[in-house]
Amino acid sequence: MPSLFKSTPLAPPGKAPGVMAPGDEAMLDSLQHAAFDYFLDRTNLSNGLVADTSRASSPSSIAAVGFALSGYPVGVERGWIGRVSAVDRVLCALRFFSQSDQSGTTTATGFRGFYFHFLDIETGRRVWQSELSSIDTALLIAGMLTAAEYFDAESAAETELRHLADALYRRVDWHWAQREGGAVSQGWKPECGFLNYGWDGYNEALLLYVLGLGSPTHPLTDASFEAWTLTYQWENIYGHDYLYAGPLFVHQFSHAWIDFRGIRDQFMREKGIDYFENSRRATLVQRDYAIRNPRGFTGYGQDRWGLSAGDGPSVEPQAVEGRRQAFYGYAARGVPWGPDDGTIAGASTLASIVFAPEIALPAVRAMVAARAGGHGDWVRASGFNETAHGPVAGGWTSEGEFALDQGLTVLMVENFRSGLLWRLLRDSVAIRTGLQRAGFQGGWLATKASG
Amino acid sequence: MTFDAVQDTESAADDRERLRHVAPTGWRNPKPSRLYDLLVIGAGPAGLMAARSAAALGAKVALVERHQLGGDSLNYGSIPTKALIRTARMYSDMRCAATFGATPPADIQVDFGAAIARLRHVRARVSRTHSALCLTRQGISVFFGAARFTGKDAVDVDGVNLRFKKALVATGALSQLPTIPGLAEAGYLTNANLFDIGALPASLLVIGGGPLGCELAQVFARFGCRTIIAHREPLFLPLEERDAAQMVSDGLARDGVEIHLNTEVASVRVEGGRKVAELVIDGNVATTTVDQILTGIGRLPAVQGLDLEAAGIAYDALSGIHVDDFLRTTNRRVYAAGDVCLENRYTNTAQASACIVVRNALLLGRKRVSTLTVPWCTYTDPEVAHVGLYVKEARQRGIPVKTFTIPMHDVDRAIADSEDDGFVKIHVREGSGHILGATVVARHAGEMINVISLAMVAGFGLDALDGVVHAYPTQGEAIRMAAQAYMRDRPARWQDWLARAWVRL
Repeated sequence: MPSLFKSTPLAPPGKAPGVMAPGDEAMLDSLQHAAFDYFLDRTNLSNGLVADTSRASSPSSIAAVGFALSGYPVGVERGWIGRVSAVDRVLCALRFFSQSDQSGTTTATGFRGFYFHFLDIETGRRVWQSELSSIDTALLIAGMLTAAEYFDAESAAETELRHLADALYRRVDWHWAQREGGAVSQGWKPECGFLNYGWDGYNEALLLYVLGLGSPTHPLTDASFEAWTLTYQWENIYGHDYLYAGPLFVHQFSHAWIDFRGIRDQFMREKGIDYFENSRRATLVQRDYAIRNPRGFTGYGQDRWGLSAGDGPSVEPQAVEGRRQAFYGYAARGVPWGPDDGTIAGASTLASIVFAPEIALPAVRAMVAARAGGHGDWVRASGFNETAHGPVAGGWTSEGEFALDQGLTVLMVENFRSGLLWRLLRDSVAIRTGLQRAGFQGGWLATKASG
Repeated sequence: MTFDAVQDTESAADDRERLRHVAPTGWRNPKPSRLYDLLVIGAGPAGLMAARSAAALGAKVALVERHQLGGDSLNYGSIPTKALIRTARMYSDMRCAATFGATPPADIQVDFGAAIARLRHVRARVSRTHSALCLTRQGISVFFGAARFTGKDAVDVDGVNLRFKKALVATGALSQLPTIPGLAEAGYLTNANLFDIGALPASLLVIGGGPLGCELAQVFARFGCRTIIAHREPLFLPLEERDAAQMVSDGLARDGVEIHLNTEVASVRVEGGRKVAELVIDGNVATTTVDQILTGIGRLPAVQGLDLEAAGIAYDALSGIHVDDFLRTTNRRVYAAGDVCLENRYTNTAQASACIVVRNALLLGRKRVSTLTVPWCTYTDPEVAHVGLYVKEARQRGIPVKTFTIPMHDVDRAIADSEDDGFVKIHVREGSGHILGATVVARHAGEMINVISLAMVAGFGLDALDGVVHAYPTQGEAIRMAAQAYMRDRPARWQDWLARAWVRL
């Protein structure tokens, strides 16, 4: 059987001929710039912590900080922030985490190098009884490593930045979070110890495993990645063969940092594709689902798709096609098995442009055009729902903005336009080591880091 | 007499009829023969199957039952729960009438008594073919009483010694109660006394989210009882695929079941005549107050009181009687089948293992229990049915596995029926049509899985199934659609050749 796999050139997807239409560049620049502004506006400059959402009294999420740290190099390159100012912001956050309370008590900031998911944006201490989160710590560390790759000057500030980022990465005790020698636990709480959930099935934890395996100090064992991939499901759905996962963000988060084009682990070698191609197919499945629209939601179709984690209406159930449809509020929505309440996560559609621009760009254009003034609030809001009766005509739109959507937009649009994040992280020793230990080979991994 | 009173009388008559069949009062045990070809202890699904098959072969068979013929399956398990599930589904359909283009009844009053009466009638009807007299007519010597081994080839039944050439222990399993402080004092329901409650409780806490727990939680919620289910794992049905378990969870939530996953029930106490349960979720404590608690979901093999040691039969409390792949115990004359020795505690597994015992014990067979292909089903709505390997099992064994998935929302008949939640997933060895296993989630998944089971036993792959024209439109067509997806995906061999030849012409 001839391999379906063709090695993909490492040019940014947006540079391929015929992908962009007139007006796309301006549209993407405007969406990306607005997303970047979130981090300028929503950061506590005394500790570098970033609000999880733009809503009043939002705590900080450590993942939001990770996206912010990754976004500053983009801002500097695009001229949206000065280099010195960006370095100040990154250093502020790194110093905070470096000096934070690592006692693991109920009001600490972290434990064993990991951090609690949600922190008080002023004090930096745990709120909401949140869990010590393995994946959110990974997203935070990815941001630190990205900044350390980009800010490579010999100045005292940038030297300190690199030193702190390296020390904070080395401090994370990934091995401790590995349960019974197998998969990594999703989290830990001082109240009850490890949560009863492991990272299994294919999901965004790919990044977590790469960082954990690449650690020079407390690495995961090889068995962790095997334990994780053991629960992979290779499925043919709607005629597409892919490594199944329902929500779109699962197929996107790790790809904001790591360029998976042309590199493959054992599983993907067997299947003859790479994780990038897998995400492309998952994107096609999303659109095919929306065209079928099995539950009869308003708006779904060829240019209106993208089920992912995000905000949704918390309104009373209403009748949809004769059945009682409940609405789920904030949830990880997915296809084809749901949960689905008619809510689209526009940022996930936008982030799809790196994988499948031929279907994602028309969808983004349509979403931007559909709203008065073309400001792209359907793309910027954490979710919108044309089925749920909102307070105003035309359905429901999530209020304000969520940091993770804005961060994903900044990084994915940049990868689409210039490939900056992918290029930076291709040179990261941690990422390279982690990928190699996970069994990845070929492509850019076979060549030396550009140094 | 009022209609209700007539109904009550009929219901009592149904129960009397069943007991007359399965546990007749004043039954006189037959005069023992000198030596039985096969002596069967336990008249549940396994014991009945073995006794009948052996008797049909002309063997001299004794069947010893301590309690009721038919075992848990007929009296307290599969049959009564399915009867109740049917009634609950009816109420659900009435409430969801608009989905089917019909007008919902203006006032839906749940009559729990009528549901229980129907259950008793169903049970009585099924018991007719399992009656002691019926078995006797089939040439089986039926003994009521407790059997104890007295040696390697003999048992004692209430003082009467029975000798055997071969014996089968098929005593099944007993409810295992969680050790929750205060639960015994507060009182609880199990499947053994659940069907005797006079009235629908206003609220019910179900402890344990295995198949029976999920089925009954949904049933009671559909009857209008406030139902809470607490399960210690992050997903229901821990053995099933995540997507399937999630769909069951969604189905229960739609019916209004309050779901507490990842939750331990730490203690129970009584306050003001009601039961207060303390639930612990990730270190946080919450309490809930209910009228009834249903538990006893776990099962332990029934090995006590048999004096197995006297016959040299090895066992332990957790896994039950130790058997080899031919279902032989450590006593060469004695076999075991069903729940008392097998991990899969299903009626059909018990029956299939009993058939193996009859072949191996009486016909010099060498049939292995590990070669059985046994489908199973959890009868929630939607149902979850499975046969063969799970993807994870295949990957653990290093088998490259690929799944052909057909969502029910792509099946014409499922759309026409407004029953399009669910899927058919058929797992094949990658690069071939060889079926390793399958999971079906659908309203009638239990009916659909049988075709896949048939294909697996007959050695048909997806390529062969593609050639089996199905009735159209049917929900079972999803299986052929999976086969068609496989054929489209298959590297074209002769079609390629034909196409090239065509171009050359």
